[in-house]
Amino acid sequence: MYPENYKYTKEHEWILIEGDTGTIGITDHAQEELGDIVYVDLPKAGTAVEMGKALGSVESVKAVSDIYSPVNGEVLESNADLGTAPEKLNADPHGAAWLVKVKLANLAEVEGLMSAADYQAYLGE
Amino acid sequence: MESASGVLRKTPLHAVHRAAGAKMVDFGGWDMPLQYTGILDEHATVRGKAGLFDVSHMGEIEVRGPQALALVNWVSCNDAAKLQAGQAHYSGLILEGGGFVDDILVHKFSDDHFFLCVNASNQDKDFAHIQEQNALRGFDASVVNIGPELSQIAVQGPRAVETLQKLTATALTPISYYWFRRGEVSGTPATIARTGYTGEDGFEIYVANSEAARVWNELLAAGEEFGIKPAGLGARNTLRLEASMALYGHEITDELNPLEAGLSWIVKFNKGEFLGKGKLAEIKAAGLKRKLCGFKMTGRGIGRDGYDIAGGGWVTSGGPGPTVNMNIGLCYLPVEKANIGQPIQVMIRNQAVDAEVIATPFYKRAK
Repeated sequence: MYPENYKYTKEHEWILIEGDTGTIGITDHAQEELGDIVYVDLPKAGTAVEMGKALGSVESVKAVSDIYSPVNGEVLESNADLGTAPEKLNADPHGAAWLVKVKLANLAEVEGLMSAADYQAYLGE
Repeated sequence: MESASGVLRKTPLHAVHRAAGAKMVDFGGWDMPLQYTGILDEHATVRGKAGLFDVSHMGEIEVRGPQALALVNWVSCNDAAKLQAGQAHYSGLILEGGGFVDDILVHKFSDDHFFLCVNASNQDKDFAHIQEQNALRGFDASVVNIGPELSQIAVQGPRAVETLQKLTATALTPISYYWFRRGEVSGTPATIARTGYTGEDGFEIYVANSEAARVWNELLAAGEEFGIKPAGLGARNTLRLEASMALYGHEITDELNPLEAGLSWIVKFNKGEFLGKGKLAEIKAAGLKRKLCGFKMTGRGIGRDGYDIAGGGWVTSGGPGPTVNMNIGLCYLPVEKANIGQPIQVMIRNQAVDAEVIATPFYKRAK
């Protein structure tokens, strides 16, 4: 369920590191808790993001939830598909429905995040 | 996340919802199903087929006695004298200051027997209020809180009639909108009312708690061939918003009056004295300062409950309208801006996003 090569946050985001690029999304648990997702607000390329600060938001029928950046860095690209098809976040949160790609300011930061096993244990608590 | 359910009140169908895998939510102190298959799916099912709602958390108050009508007409602003036996109407319990104690449905069995359906989170307050007014004014009437003994199940949608008809000998087609009958459903005594909170055709059924789970399961089985599904409070809210029906605590509160809320049609100034009449007449004579309006988002974003309107006003309820396919909402606006076509801006997380005042209801079913 939770890819081994991703890192996870307590706020239910995931990040995949490739070189100095991080791809960020929300976890399956997050989409399940949110329910039907109807709107996604993401930052433009070039926007600076700060670890632990909101980088955008996801809205379900019922509520708005902030997405917190797991790292410091700069947005390279946001997932344009989600503008017209936000429901993809319910269907494929760990894959096609990634949210943003960022250029990491400091690779070492991701060491503080949870592994897939840690995250699953955290969910089980 | 789910709350510790120990302190929350439960309906007689609670275990049924849990077993069905519903996502539960604390709704005004009640542990209620938010959704089963998903809000959008349940919404579409009610619009296209039929949905089943547990609304047993709602309160029911009975008013009986020689002056039952006089008491009902004193505490509520609509004119219950106009009701015939077997007829119901929407009304408000109004405070002396013109605001709402609650919004209610008044059902008339006879001049000496009325049945009020009231909001879950207001039922204790409503009961105390009506009892107090009964004592103060010295009516020859008794007020009984029968909510704790009754379960209420709503079957709503274009296939609701066919579904319910399989379980009752009462002919449903002759029951007009906002009329009701006493009869049996699944062999148990029931009040069968052609009312609802979804903008669709349908019924609200009142049965004894001990029969609720059986009636629920038999309705699901009866409606299976029509595609019935259980629906939760999430869909109930998107459905009522599209139909522009008020929700207590949002469009109406103890500080908001029926005239501002676009509900002057339930305020019958010519029926004689009633609680709050003086203040409402004063407000009407002075002219309204604000009015409830419908809006659609024209910019990107969803105007949600509590968001401010730039230049004055606020969103009372807002969200996606799955059937009308727009992001919609209801809002209070200064009266000079309360016109269809008026551009407004909703403050969404510190950004002013464009919206436009449009006519309500957003959704009206084809007759």
